[in-house]
Amino acid sequence: MDALIGLWEWLGENLIIVQILIKIVVIVAPLMLCVAYFTYAERKIIGYMQTRIGPNRVGPKGWLQPIADAVKLMFKEIILPTAANKTLFLIAPLLTLGPALAAWAVFPFQEGLVLADVNAGLLYIMALTSVGVYGVIIAGWASNSKYAFLGAMRSAAQIVSYEIAMGFALVGVLVAAGSLNLGDIVRAQQGEGGLFNWFWLPLLPLFLIYFISGVAETNRAPFDVAEGESEIVAGFHVEYSGMPFAVFFLGEYANMILISALTALMFLGGWLSPFPASWVDGVPLLGDGMHWLFLKTLIFGFFFLWLRATFPRYRYDQIMRLGWKVFIPITIVWILVIGLAVIYQMPWWFD
Amino acid sequence: MLENYLPVLVFVGVGIIVGIVMIALGFVLGTRKPDSEKLSPYECGFEAFEDTRMKFDVRYYLVAILFIIFDLEIAFLFPWAVVLDEIGMVGFVAMTVFLGILVVGFIYEWKKGALEWE
Repeated sequence: MDALIGLWEWLGENLIIVQILIKIVVIVAPLMLCVAYFTYAERKIIGYMQTRIGPNRVGPKGWLQPIADAVKLMFKEIILPTAANKTLFLIAPLLTLGPALAAWAVFPFQEGLVLADVNAGLLYIMALTSVGVYGVIIAGWASNSKYAFLGAMRSAAQIVSYEIAMGFALVGVLVAAGSLNLGDIVRAQQGEGGLFNWFWLPLLPLFLIYFISGVAETNRAPFDVAEGESEIVAGFHVEYSGMPFAVFFLGEYANMILISALTALMFLGGWLSPFPASWVDGVPLLGDGMHWLFLKTLIFGFFFLWLRATFPRYRYDQIMRLGWKVFIPITIVWILVIGLAVIYQMPWWFD
Repeated sequence: MLENYLPVLVFVGVGIIVGIVMIALGFVLGTRKPDSEKLSPYECGFEAFEDTRMKFDVRYYLVAILFIIFDLEIAFLFPWAVVLDEIGMVGFVAMTVFLGILVVGFIYEWKKGALEWE
């Protein structure tokens, strides 16, 4: 054990890149596993919501289904359509998955447990989640297929519309927390009130808008006109097969997990325990810790699936109306309200 | 300070490499039997009618332009939001004026019907 710690410190001094790479693997490997089992959870949960049992053939209760899917996709033929711009066609999926993974670089899992504790954390996250739209629009353009093109146009317009509402919601969080550092945002929610100290209460409209915009950003039901399998077959990735398709798929699910985790971090206190610290002093598991973050992320992940099982798809004009005419006015008003609350140091949250 | 950003840079690289490796794996392991029908653009089994690079609705442009204005707005709001505690009421009023001008433009585009889709 001592030898290992010694080696770790030696790496930190001499081969910092190797140390960083090991840390990244420790984050990415479980994340990819979560993504794989999120797809399984989706099929299982939606199955039970529709009184089916979902996948149950591969392995005990279907537990090996995601692995079977991955192996199947690996051996599938990769089709490069003759009319497509082949380089762009292959770059597009990378632009979806890459940012969805890289955004975790600044994500704090627990007090002091963060890969890069940078002060521009939130700005970095916002920049990376914005890159995702390039993946969609490049895929639709490069495929040179009408369905792909229509899906890409729709979803690009939808994503940028909801990004504005999302950005304004983030500004509200910033005003409340007074820092761009994600760790500081969580620490600003600490206090004697337990879960009533978290930002979901003073920022309630922004909290709801942020999560709903997140659903729209990731092109998930009920905002999934980009795919719209009943009208434009699969939207922007209709021409994709095999591994490029799998990369799109993983990117979409990684983005869902990212949005869930960010919502938990910014509005539900991240790793903070819902109980006031004085109540649970010394009680195992009830104090602050990473497990709370996982639990909160799971809840939002479940919401994503629940929404898909419950709601029919929005019409496109309804989507645009909700984004521009409902969310943006609400967020602008609420930023002003929060600004006043911060200036006058409204007790409990902003004193 | 700046060395804090090294892991971020490495992580971006890893994120892209993961994707490249997966697609490369697909090329190595997958079968490849292309034929001209398989490689033609999908159009419900018909021959493609015309080129895909067709005219499309101008409102997509409109949304893109509006997005740039509002996103820039958000970029201006970020530094303001971080220091609001220190600049107090003066800063708040200044930003209210700025937001007010934006809202006037927003109302204008709303009334002009730039946000209508039917």
